[in-house]
Order: sequence, then structure tokens, then C-alpha cells
Amino acid sequence: MIKLFASKLFFRAILIFNTIIVILPLLFIVNSSLRETNDFARSPMKLASNPYWQNFKNVWAGGTFPTYMKNSLVVTGGSLILILLLSLGAGFVLGRYKFKGHSLILGFILSGMLIPAKLAILPLFIQLKWMHLLDSHIGLILVYTSGALPAAIFIMSGFFSALPSDLDNAARIDGASEFQLLRVVLTPLVRPGLAIVAIYSAIPIWNDFFLPLVFLQSPEKKTIMQGLTAFFGEYSSQWGIIFAGLMIAALPLITLYLIISEQFIKGLTAGAVKG
Amino acid sequence: MAKSGLKRDQQRFTYLLLLPAILTIIIFTSLPALTTLSYSFFHWTGFQRGSFAGIENFRRLFAFPFRDSLFMAMRHNTLVFIGILIIQTSLGILIAYALYRLKRGQRFFRTVIFLPVIFSLVIVGYMWQAMLDPFYGPINYLLHKVGWDSLALTWLGSTATALPTLVFINLWRWVGFPAIIFLAGLNAINSEYLEAAKIDGASEGQIFRKIMFPLLAPSMTIVTVLTFIGAFEWFDLPYVLGGSSGSPAGATDTLALMFYRLSFGSVDSGANEIGIGAALGVLIFTIVGIGAGFGSKYLRSREVQM
Repeated sequence: MIKLFASKLFFRAILIFNTIIVILPLLFIVNSSLRETNDFARSPMKLASNPYWQNFKNVWAGGTFPTYMKNSLVVTGGSLILILLLSLGAGFVLGRYKFKGHSLILGFILSGMLIPAKLAILPLFIQLKWMHLLDSHIGLILVYTSGALPAAIFIMSGFFSALPSDLDNAARIDGASEFQLLRVVLTPLVRPGLAIVAIYSAIPIWNDFFLPLVFLQSPEKKTIMQGLTAFFGEYSSQWGIIFAGLMIAALPLITLYLIISEQFIKGLTAGAVKG
Repeated sequence: MAKSGLKRDQQRFTYLLLLPAILTIIIFTSLPALTTLSYSFFHWTGFQRGSFAGIENFRRLFAFPFRDSLFMAMRHNTLVFIGILIIQTSLGILIAYALYRLKRGQRFFRTVIFLPVIFSLVIVGYMWQAMLDPFYGPINYLLHKVGWDSLALTWLGSTATALPTLVFINLWRWVGFPAIIFLAGLNAINSEYLEAAKIDGASEGQIFRKIMFPLLAPSMTIVTVLTFIGAFEWFDLPYVLGGSSGSPAGATDTLALMFYRLSFGSVDSGANEIGIGAALGVLIFTIVGIGAGFGSKYLRSREVQM
């Protein structure tokens, strides 16, 4: 009985300890972002009893941060729309139709999942330059879309093939065209799949800084994560500004995560966890 | 549905829906990947392609002056893989099991433990840089406070501690991921096995070692393969904290950083060497492909069939 109690306590202690390790650095950032730089430099560990909101105003007023945020929204949003539309269509065809070359196409798409975008970066760079898509959001969006599509199509075709085939026949007998069948009948039913695809692709794109680092040069086109690196160089010892900048960059995803954490976990582990 | 018995509107729909997706993948993923291979067989001056070079680029990659940094980077990637695999995987299993045993509050702890996974490595990197700052960071402040002054190191600034510190930061960011995978693995275990063992008088430790752990093998395969791929393509965190040259003094250099320097040039090594960069890219892809391919095949053959 004592042993049972002790082991229960042991495992609970592990989780609590882990929680503290996760939370403490975040609290330090939140606290420090609300302190004046000189005040922070004098005693880094004091509580921000008198919140200094000016840091946030300064970060935002510099003008670059709102631009970075907007650019990240454009790139992530644009990629997301393309990924959802294309994977919905291709997932429908591969999940519902049987035709010659079906497994060949599926195999090709799966092989795309194995290619790390980083290693194709050199030819991509030259290819985008040749297509006049270097230093452009459209070029970046197309590369992200291409990188996320194989997994997205795979996930969507799984969701489509799991639906009963009677649905299609009933809709066709009622005179629905293939497009109506997809749009009206099936799309509402694969919404959970679209949610998984959305999180699976959007979070890494929002967080990425490698492709913007290579493909975007104009300061006014930079994304938030890429911009952060420039921002840190610029304000290297202005702690208040730096912590506020980190907070602003981290807040959108934290807020979303706290609202729909289950979908986040499901979406980001999609592919690694069955079912 | 009969094989290839699509009606005409279905056929048209097939082309209409598949072509854009397939073309995007071909143009922006497949072609560039194949071209990387071809790049490695040519001489390059800047971004200008020269004459056919045979295996010259591969030979130069393994010769002075690239040889030394290549082997050092490879050693770092290997150490990082082993370190992450051992620490992150065992902690992941421990956390997963602790979550599994929990009847109430599982959702709360799961949410917290997975939270760092959603952060960009840029944010994680700078956050820990601040945490570990020798003068202003809370870690060394606390160490001084409790009198362990000798432990208050310049964590990211000295060659001895930089790489282990990066592995720790990686752990902070990632451990929730294997934990969730193992938790799903534990939840998938048929409870009849566990009931039967309990009736036979097996202890909790025995049940875990003899039944649950072997049945976690499929999750272990996934985690190991993903760790291998991640470790040998490790770029973001070392780049954010050590720059493209792997500061301090190359102590955090990796294959991907070296690939980046060769491809796009760097402050200290100057002009780029696209041919050698492409050769290194092919090498990394080969390592990752062979490692992940054979690794998953071997690990899968050891999985227990339920």
C-alpha cells in the first residue's frame, strides 16, 4: 500500500516537475518583457510589480514588426489555402476513384514525403531566380505548398476512402455532378481531416525561418521568425525590447494552442501516431 | 466501382484535381531534389555552372580543407543523435507512462508538456540564450545564489558545454513529442493482457518491463527514425544560437550548417562552393535515407506482433 502510494507520488512529481521546467522560462520572458531595460539589468530576477508596457509599444512602433507579422500571415495563409484546396481535390480523387495508375501516383506522392526541402535548396534557389520568384512571397508560398502537399494528400485520401461508397451512388442517382458530390456531400464529412492538414502544415510554415532566410532578401518582405534574427542584432542589449519582441512573436500561436490544444496535438503528431 | 471504369466527367475531374497538385510537387520538390544530384557532378563558379567534374566535388569534400570540418560536423551530428535518442526517448517514455497512469488531470499535463513543441526554434533559441546568459540569466543567478559558483558556466560560450547545452534546449522543445507518441502507444495496448498479468500476480514493474515495453516497439521505431532524421538534418537551433559557423569555434557545427556555408558562402569562409555543397547535400541525403530506411526495417523486424 505504501509502495503503491509512493509510486503514485513519484509519477505525479515527474509531471509537476516537467510542468515547472516548461512554465518557468516562459514566466521569465513574460515578466522581463514588462520591465524597463535598465531596471532589468540592475536585478534580472525581480518581479515586474509596475508593468512597463512601453516595451511593447516600442517594438510595435518601430514599424518592422507589424510588417513581419503581416508577411508571415500572408505567406502562411496563402500556403494554407493552396494546400487545403489541392489536397482536398487530390485526396478526393485518390480516395474515391479507382483507375489505372492510381497506385503509381500515390507512390510518387509518398516519395515526395521523403525528400527534405533543405537539401533541394540550391537548385530551388536558382530555379526561383530563373522564374523571377526569388525574394517574393509567391515563390515562398509555392515551395511551402509543394513541401506540405504529399503528407496533406496522404492524410486527405485516407479520410476520403474511409467514407462509405453508398454516399456517392446516392448523390449520383439524385443527379449530383462530381463537383457537387465533392463540395456538398463529401467535403463537410472530411472536415476533421482538413483541420489536421491545416495544423500539420500551417504551424511549421509560421515557425520556419530557413526558407525565408535563403529566399527573401528585402527587409520589407521578411517573415516574423526571420525578422526576429535581424531584430535581435539591432537591439542586442536592450533587454526590455527583446523580451517584448519574443512575446509578440510567440503570442499568436500560444493563444491558438490554448483554445484548441487537442487539435494541435493531433495535427502535429499526424503521421507519427496511427488513428 | 470497376477498375479504370471512370465515366467521362469523372475522368476530366481526375485530371483537373490531380494535375495542379502533382505539377506543384514535381516543379518545387522532385526536380530540385534530382537536380541537386546533377549539381554535384559539375564545376561551379559562384552560381555559374562550369564543365563536367565527375566525382571531383566528392573527392574535394573528403580532402583538405573540407575534410576536417566534415568529420567534426559528422561527429557532432552522431553525438547529438545518440544524446537525443537516449535522453529524450527515456524521458518521453517516463512522461508518457506517468500520463498514462493519471486518471484525472491528464489533459492539463498533456497540454503543458506539448506546449514547447508549437514554438518556433528561433523563439526557443533566443529564450534560452536569455535564460543562460552569464550575467543576466536566471540559471546562473540561481547557481550563484545557492553557492554553486563553479557550476555557473558560460553555457553557450565555451566549446566544452555549447553542444550539450544545445541538446538540452532541444530536449526542452521536443520531449513532449515522443511523450505523446508513446502515450498513444500505451493506450493502444489491449487491456486484457494487463488484466491477465495482474491476476497472475505480476507487479507494476514487471507488467511494464515484460508486457508494455515490448509492445511499445512500434512507437519506438517511429521515434528512433524521426530522431535520426532530425539529428542528421539539425540546422535551426545551432544556426540561431551559434550562427552559420557553429560558434564557439565550430563546437556546434553540423552537416547542415556546413552545407549552408558551402552553398551560400559565409562571413568567414567567403565565396560559396556550390559543387561541393551539392556533394555534401547528396551525402546527407544518403546518410538519412540509408539510416532511416535500414533502421526502420531492422527495428520493425524486432517489433512484437500482437
